[in-house]
Amino acid sequence: MSNFWSDNLPKLGQMVAAIAIFLAVLAVIFFIAGKANGKKQRPIAILVFLGPALLLVVIGLLGPAIRTLILSFKGSASHHWVGFSNYHWLFTDPSERIVLRNTVFWILFTPIITTGLGLLLAVLLDRMRRESVAKSLIFMPMAISFVGASIVWEFVYKYANTNQPQVGLMSSIAKHLGFEPPNWLLTQPLNTFLLMVVFVWSQTGFAMVILSAAIKAVPADVMEASALDGAHGWKLFRGVTFPMVRSTFIVVLATMVVSTLKLFDIVRASTGGNFGTSVLANEMYSETFIRYDAGRGAAMAIVLFLLVIPVLVYNITNLRRERAIS
Amino acid sequence: MSISKKGLLAGVATATVALVATFVAPAAYAGTSSAACANVGSGYAVQKGKTVEVFTSVVGDELTRYAAASADFTACTGIKINWNGSDQFEAQLPVRVAGGTAPDLALVPQPGLIAQMVATGKAVPAPNAVKNNINRYWSKSWRGLGSVNGTFYAAPNSANLKSLVWYSPKQFAKYGYTVPTTWTAMMAQSDKMAAAGQTAWCGGIGSGGATGWPATDWLEEVVVREAGATVYNNWINHTVKFSDAPIIHAMNTVWNWMGNSKYVGKVSTIATTSFQDAVTGIPSGKCMQLQQASFIAASLPAGSVVSPTGDAWVYYLPGINPAVTTPVEGGGEFYLAFNSNKATVEVQTYLSTPQWAVSRIKAAGSNGGWLSANSGVPSSTYSNPLDALSAKYLSDPSSTFVFDASDAMPAAIGNGAEWTGFTDWFANGTPVKTVAAKIDAAWPSASN
Repeated sequence: MSNFWSDNLPKLGQMVAAIAIFLAVLAVIFFIAGKANGKKQRPIAILVFLGPALLLVVIGLLGPAIRTLILSFKGSASHHWVGFSNYHWLFTDPSERIVLRNTVFWILFTPIITTGLGLLLAVLLDRMRRESVAKSLIFMPMAISFVGASIVWEFVYKYANTNQPQVGLMSSIAKHLGFEPPNWLLTQPLNTFLLMVVFVWSQTGFAMVILSAAIKAVPADVMEASALDGAHGWKLFRGVTFPMVRSTFIVVLATMVVSTLKLFDIVRASTGGNFGTSVLANEMYSETFIRYDAGRGAAMAIVLFLLVIPVLVYNITNLRRERAIS
Repeated sequence: MSISKKGLLAGVATATVALVATFVAPAAYAGTSSAACANVGSGYAVQKGKTVEVFTSVVGDELTRYAAASADFTACTGIKINWNGSDQFEAQLPVRVAGGTAPDLALVPQPGLIAQMVATGKAVPAPNAVKNNINRYWSKSWRGLGSVNGTFYAAPNSANLKSLVWYSPKQFAKYGYTVPTTWTAMMAQSDKMAAAGQTAWCGGIGSGGATGWPATDWLEEVVVREAGATVYNNWINHTVKFSDAPIIHAMNTVWNWMGNSKYVGKVSTIATTSFQDAVTGIPSGKCMQLQQASFIAASLPAGSVVSPTGDAWVYYLPGINPAVTTPVEGGGEFYLAFNSNKATVEVQTYLSTPQWAVSRIKAAGSNGGWLSANSGVPSSTYSNPLDALSAKYLSDPSSTFVFDASDAMPAAIGNGAEWTGFTDWFANGTPVKTVAAKIDAAWPSASN
């Protein structure tokens, strides 16, 4: 125990000192800012309030982004310039093209299915008896991490050798229906879609809850008025409900696109990126931290970044337009 | 810790030693008559108050065991060994050596780092006493691993063995199978199992993001068994390529063994079965044998008895080519010195003796886990029978010892192309030559 204190007491002291210095610097800055008046007041106020945030953005976001861009034009150990060869490799190597293909599949299918299913559930469950119970059950998978969800689904997709009993849920069902199950996670490109199911299962609840809240926020008089005018069912949904929740739908969709692009855990935990299931984010990690090729990893990060930008731009312009209307 | 504090502690320590020496230890320093010196061996000069630092990647309880094991040496010679463990060892050692604060001794876990340290010019060749010990107690291949350009630098510390096959003694007894001692006999018995409708070999290479690594071990075992240590070590530095004849031949041997549907059932399931799950079929005889290192015992079903007559036990994976004697794949660490001070030399010498190994094995207790390839260690020293069996092959004077090749290859291969290539090989039955060519193509260029 004495060792613990003699080792850690100086560290503790340093920590306290660091906090004290930080507070002292803050006090000095605020004191000077408070003294300033007249013409200097506004620029100093801007500096004091905006400066720290700006500094953190530069250190934490802008700096690394620029460094990543530079690294993407260098070799594996970042010693030599290699031009566009990392990008060339990414778009021409046969196995990397499968990675890009999978990433496109994920972006095309996952967000729209997740958000669509979420909307469907939100509409169907709206004002149903015991609505909250049903919604909680559907929302529950959201509480499980992607890695946990992948392990749960591993038991569904598990395939045992031919001479052993099939313990995987899907394999077992297939066997009982009378046909020999395939090795699910080995069958391309089915396996990529099986992994998407894990994402949809986990995220639909989230989409449903947000969209359900938006539906509940539609004013009752609007609904009643349309009902009096004869709008029911599909007509009511298409003509009134959906337009009213459209902006929420787009925000949820955009969130799903971004988290699909970042997706890494499901692929890593289920197949490790093997059997033609890898996606960009997973390969980016493998290249950088397992195969120690910083150049290729950085190039992938840049491509991912470029793919996210249109979504963000659309999201922001959409928000601006709405602000202008209201 | 601050310098003054260190000085103070050293002072206190010296004072304590002096006090103890006054009352208890005249005999201890008098020579070989004390109990401590009897355990340490003869020939060491007493050097009171000297401290020798051993820098190592070992930390925690394991490090405490090193300190406990060297207590007799300190009691006998007065030289204190400062076991300095850091989990940043591999990054810190080059920094310390370059900065002029090299430790007296470093416990280096891989031959590549020994060469890197020797290249700095700061490491010193092993003294004669250590040389004598390595010639007397270790097989030639160990001497080679501790040498750089023909000069011997570092004697090994502990060793571990991968070349094991798990089987169930109960199941073997039930069906009248025996432990094979040659590769041919092993395959012939596997044919018998296949004919009896049994699955002769368990296999699983699934390991999340590291999927494929168990298959790299299978190939390494076969390469050293067929082609010997020279080809094996040249394969690590890519002067022998994956597409070259010896490696292609070894890959075909692996394919006739672990890629043989007669023995393993559906080959592609090996790619989707985790390496931990692979061993679960052993006790029940669902599958009869599995090539895997001793650590996999932890993944056996609860309640399995690991013993020569129990639910699970191991045999040594036999050799193939008679010209390669007792091929063994595994790992180990080496003591590299950075000065030739008298105290350093004495510590370095002691650490290369059977007396040290025995003391360290005893410090490990009944769970074991610390093996030496030192042939001077009697096998009765090991309280764990699995350790005793592994040590028998490690310390065999004729053994051909090689390090795990995929660990020693560049990360782009050993953690990259080889893993994905072999996973593809087992999942899709990709032709051996295509797999080999893909891995060769991914070999990183020298400058990057």
